[in-house]
Amino acid sequence: METLVNGFKTNRAFAVTSLLVLLLLAIALAAPIISPFDPTHAEMKDAFLEPSMTHLFGTDKLGRDCFSRVLYGARASLTGVLVLVASVFLVGTTMGVLSGYFGGKVDIIIMRFSDMMISFPGMILAIAIAGIMGGSLVNAVIALTIVSWTKYARLARSMVLKVKRRDYVEAAIVNGGTSPHILWVHILPNILPMMVITAAADIGALMMELAGLSFLGFGSQPPAPEWGLMLNEGRQQLQTAPWLMIFPGLAIFVTVVIFNLWGDNLRDVLDPRNDVKD
Amino acid sequence: MTKKQILARIGQIVLVLLGISFITFALVMLAPGDVVRQMIAGNEDIMVSQAEIDALRAELGLDKPFFFQYLDWLGRALQGNLGFSYMVKKPVVEALWEGLPGTVLLSLASLFMMMVVSIPAGIYSAVKRGSVVDNIVRVFTFMGVSMPGFWVGLMLLWIFGLKLDLLPIVGGEISLETLIMPSLTLAIAMASKYTRQVRTAILEELHQDYVVGARARGMTESHILWKEVLPNAMLPLITLLGLSLGNLLGGAAVIEMVFQWPGLGRLAIEAITYRDFQLVQGVVVWIALMYMVINLVVDMSYNHLDPRLRKVR
Repeated sequence: METLVNGFKTNRAFAVTSLLVLLLLAIALAAPIISPFDPTHAEMKDAFLEPSMTHLFGTDKLGRDCFSRVLYGARASLTGVLVLVASVFLVGTTMGVLSGYFGGKVDIIIMRFSDMMISFPGMILAIAIAGIMGGSLVNAVIALTIVSWTKYARLARSMVLKVKRRDYVEAAIVNGGTSPHILWVHILPNILPMMVITAAADIGALMMELAGLSFLGFGSQPPAPEWGLMLNEGRQQLQTAPWLMIFPGLAIFVTVVIFNLWGDNLRDVLDPRNDVKD
Repeated sequence: MTKKQILARIGQIVLVLLGISFITFALVMLAPGDVVRQMIAGNEDIMVSQAEIDALRAELGLDKPFFFQYLDWLGRALQGNLGFSYMVKKPVVEALWEGLPGTVLLSLASLFMMMVVSIPAGIYSAVKRGSVVDNIVRVFTFMGVSMPGFWVGLMLLWIFGLKLDLLPIVGGEISLETLIMPSLTLAIAMASKYTRQVRTAILEELHQDYVVGARARGMTESHILWKEVLPNAMLPLITLLGLSLGNLLGGAAVIEMVFQWPGLGRLAIEAITYRDFQLVQGVVVWIALMYMVINLVVDMSYNHLDPRLRKVR
């Protein structure tokens, strides 16, 4: 935490990108206040209006205001991706730590399973899982967690193996420290920064994958305002109403850029080895 | 790789295929809705008699316990029979073969486009580090990895298909004209990633001692770059290339949907949408198999590319 505050003061890029991330969160939270229209309110006589001063991003086939839908979309998309990153992080780190710390059979089972997941294009399995379970944002998050946790498990495991050999951990073991105590006090604090850096850097990519599932119809369901789903709906009106495809896509793009920049800067702040920049 | 290693890898591939097919099989069992009813009625609401449903269920062996069903499937799969797809009304194996050329063609075309851009851009960017061009390349690659592929595809469709009317917007069949946009879409995302990797690989090599030594001996910069640095940097790049090709085979699915490109990815997604589970099962196993075989071939090619790995007789 101190490192973060320090980084905020000394690293300008980190400060700026952090503020942008906060701005995104603020937009998501304040969507009901700043949206000019109700995102789900259909007004058939206003269908397919071009972008104008009243409807900044135009309207869709049901006459819903696209600008309001994009603002509200920040809620679904950001909540979705943050829950996803948190669950991938938790599952992966837990599995990796158990695997690395206990070794033996636990290690073999977890690692063989992770080998299997890695030797396989994850997106196609995620599509299959989400599709078979039935399209919903929750199922999409579960599907992507299933195919993404192994990366974190491997990383956590390899770091635990390194930390485990350090003298103070061995001393703690010799002194009769219990496993939970050693894990919590000696091992976790050592691997956490690197895990957080990885998770932060993955937010953007995971967001695109989640939007991809929604785009295919295996994520959020209508009439929810969610960016991937909006692109799916906009795609059918590419000819008559291209704005329905342009703005939700731009929203994803801008959000991913902000999170990617933030992730890069967070690494600079948190990773002490990274003093030399390329 | 020695023969033993290769055999071990093949054994691993078989194990993974068993695991993957078991997982998809289990998922299908857990899926909501009655598979048999959907097989007869498709996605429409047609009245079907219970007797008809029971007859088909027994015919498919779906009345047996789960594990026996899986063994049945496995036994038939080993004989090259992956079942019948009611969506395309042909055997699954036939549908898979038909989807293969489209996906392979699309993958190779996008891989080619990516290399044409990435390799020169990455090398130049690394050699002229900090220059204006380097910064432009870095900004573009950063933007490229932050754009969802399906959105890029839609934008291309809108600009080149509708606004400029240069390329056909209706996909569905394979031709040079319909190939351009989907492969360009895939190439944009991949090129962004790959250019960065080329740049990093070259930069890493440029910092090696032998480069300093070569400079000290008075060799020209171009000699160092072309004869010393590039051959050394090629190895990691080929691994990454193999991985990209593998990912393309699976990950191009969304793009195939956007452009209605007749490939395996689109087949997979349509099969899932229509809940044609025999086909889903087949496609997933098929894509996994190709992905792993490609990676094995890439690893085997090291033998020829890296003299250090050759076995001394």
